[in-house]
Amino acid sequence: MNFDFTETQTMVRDTLQRFLADRYDFESRQKISRSDAGWSQDIWKAFAEELGILGASFSEELGGLGGGQIENMIVMEEVGRSLVVEPYLSTVVIGGGFAREYGKADLIEEIIGGETRIAFAWAEPQGRFDLNYLETSAREKDGGFVLSGHKAVVRDAPSATHLVVTARTSGDVADEDGVSLFLLPKDTKGVSTRDYPLVDGGVASEVYFENAEVPASALLGEAGKAAGAVRKVVDEAVVGLCAEAVGCMEQMNKLTQDYTKERKQFGVPISKFQVLQHRMVDMFMEAEQARSMTYMAVNRLPDSASAAQAKVKIGKGLTYVGQNAVQLHGGIGITDEYAVGHYFKRATMIEGQFGTTDHYLRRYERLALED
Amino acid sequence: MDLKFTPEEEAFRTEIRTFIEENYPERLKNAGGREDLGRDDMLAWHQILGEKGWSVPSWPEEYGGTGWTPTQKYIWNEENARANTVPPLPFGVSMVGPVIYTFGTPEQKERFLPGIVAGTTWWCQGYSEPGAGSDLASLKTRAERITDDDGKEYYIVNGQKTWTTLAQHADWGFFLVRTDPDARKPQEGISFLLIDMKTPGITVRPIITLGGEHEVNEVFLDNVKVPVDQRVGKENEGWTCAKFLLAHERSGIAGVARSKVGIERIKDIASTELDEGKPLIENPFFKRKVAELEVDLTALEFTELRTLAGEAAGKGPGPESSVLKIKGTEIQQRIQELVLEAVGHYGAPYFRGYGEGDNEFSIGPDYAQRAAPTYFNGRKTSIYGGSNEIQRGIIAKMVLGL
Ligand SMILES: Cc1cc2nc3c(=O)[nH]c(=O)nc-3n(C[C@H](O)[C@H](O)[C@H](O)COP(=O)(O)OP(=O)(O)OC[C@H]3O[C@@H](n4cnc5c(N)ncnc54)[C@H](O)[C@@H]3O)c2cc1C
Repeated sequence: MNFDFTETQTMVRDTLQRFLADRYDFESRQKISRSDAGWSQDIWKAFAEELGILGASFSEELGGLGGGQIENMIVMEEVGRSLVVEPYLSTVVIGGGFAREYGKADLIEEIIGGETRIAFAWAEPQGRFDLNYLETSAREKDGGFVLSGHKAVVRDAPSATHLVVTARTSGDVADEDGVSLFLLPKDTKGVSTRDYPLVDGGVASEVYFENAEVPASALLGEAGKAAGAVRKVVDEAVVGLCAEAVGCMEQMNKLTQDYTKERKQFGVPISKFQVLQHRMVDMFMEAEQARSMTYMAVNRLPDSASAAQAKVKIGKGLTYVGQNAVQLHGGIGITDEYAVGHYFKRATMIEGQFGTTDHYLRRYERLALED
Repeated sequence: MDLKFTPEEEAFRTEIRTFIEENYPERLKNAGGREDLGRDDMLAWHQILGEKGWSVPSWPEEYGGTGWTPTQKYIWNEENARANTVPPLPFGVSMVGPVIYTFGTPEQKERFLPGIVAGTTWWCQGYSEPGAGSDLASLKTRAERITDDDGKEYYIVNGQKTWTTLAQHADWGFFLVRTDPDARKPQEGISFLLIDMKTPGITVRPIITLGGEHEVNEVFLDNVKVPVDQRVGKENEGWTCAKFLLAHERSGIAGVARSKVGIERIKDIASTELDEGKPLIENPFFKRKVAELEVDLTALEFTELRTLAGEAAGKGPGPESSVLKIKGTEIQQRIQELVLEAVGHYGAPYFRGYGEGDNEFSIGPDYAQRAAPTYFNGRKTSIYGGSNEIQRGIIAKMVLGL
């Protein structure tokens, strides 16, 4: 057993870290996040062309660097450490995950090249975190399909060229059977979006399908049989989020330790107060356990119970580290100008993405303790 | 021991409830706790209460107080929370007002108290400085006493204050300044000044907080000339006023009544939101969190009632009130966290027009829109007013004698 990274993996991490230190410091990130688009085409292009990281997690036959989920984890950790808003999770981890699942070599090539960006439209206003809860329907017509429905808070839809959409082709609203998956250009007729920024600095859209007609080739896999693939790719995304959380927590810890060593009250650096020391030790332990759980879960993919365990442990850690990082900064911690609050906001949103801590604890119970 | 309300107290409750129903401005319905109201909206209810004679219930009657018993004040808070009214700002009513009627000259009382009672003067609190937060006594803003050409005495104030809440609307501020830099102890040599915010040399700069709000400010004082008769209390003894103020008016600090309303709101939201096709409130995990909150809130409520009873029996609010501050803010923060959890996906959208009168935002249900900013903003409550770490220090030292 070893926890070492290969040379290529180390190289991916190092070049990405260097690039982000250079081109994506907190101020640059804020500028990008607050621009009208809310993300940077230049950065994405650099990911594709200068760094080549968009291909890190794909096999060589598919044009990638020969990696897999470990590469995704490495990239996502840096995404978390630098609060990157560009759509790596949506496009590479999720979009690429479906492409891998369904052997879409051409799509992978376009993802690696940076020209295709994907948003995953799964959530619905009434569905909460149930992946199979679909009021959005896909009805067969003239050899193709007609999509109707409303998808809620679709992350990265504003920057996407394509959507991967879950829609029901048969069955009742929450049935596992009848879940189908479609890949379509975002500018398909009948698809409209309402774009907006998110509290954590990202962007999303409400996506509406009004009798949007797609050809049969838009269907991924077999009609009605996509639930398993959706779960699998979402678990990969969950592990990606866990890795993002590790970067995010470690950075909050670093900011907090640095700040408390600098900040003096009562004539001493506040890092000398034992209550604060113990708090920072607890924050450190949360981050360490988050890293352990992420390594565990990435190695055990596609084991869903392991992904659920990681999400639970890390969700709690995110809340603890985020709240206390702000607390230990005092007033500075709740300002928009200072970085720590923005990490706290992202941490808060990661905790809820694809389901909250409670949701995954319940899921773990069902998978591991009930039959 | 009898923990029930008397028939007179119940009648009082009815009177209050009716008054609120009949007089509270329709446009501000349910606006309590909103961080984005303008000056007029923040003052509207205060002004109505001022006319009725109910704006400063805790003050001595000679200055406008109502003479209510602690239980009546408690009922008053409960009914306002129930209606989620916009509460009068604390800076005048709970902070500088009591300092002025306790330490001020007759002229100062006459000049400043009526504006606070009526809700026409907006006050801000100029204590904290970039280098003086928890360690407030280390403040550096300097006030030098001079005699001007007009033969009158003034303080010339130089320095910087920060985190000054809503100073952008303030007419007046109460400031702690250093009048004797050579005093033996940092707490000595501080004076308490009332400063007209329109005085030349004052610059107010916004600090934007996490939810996008403009709620706090930096205040720069550059050769600000303040007449000596705007000092409250003796020169170099301002710390006495500061300490008095910090210990005063602890009733309501726990926020019990508003937290009760907050929990009811969670139940409402969780009855609407669906989880696996059923109302979220039926999810056992979620329900348990609500139950735990209710248990903790009950514990806080009866701790507060005991404190109030002690006050009524003539025991001043002691360091025990730190318990109310810590537990009260922790519960408020947990409520905000649970609201955000309850609203699910629609907690994430954010609209940039915040604070600029943009009410066009209609993504997701109404109750979801402010969930995340309110949660983020709410982290302040364990930081300000003496952080919860500082409060624990006070209990350890003053209550437990450690
Ligand atoms: C939204 C908001 C509104 C405010 N409004 C006003 C206002 O209107 N007027 C005003 O004057 N001030 C105001 N304040 C300032 C507030 O009182 C200070 O933020 C508070 O006193 C803490 O000071 P600080 O921010 O400098 O943090 P610091 O004092 O630097 O504290 C940083 C961290 O160290 C901890 N710490 C410090 N000392 C100790 C110790 N001895 N033992 C253990 N832990 C310790 C603190 O608990 C905190 O977690 C406001 C603050 C906020 C956030």
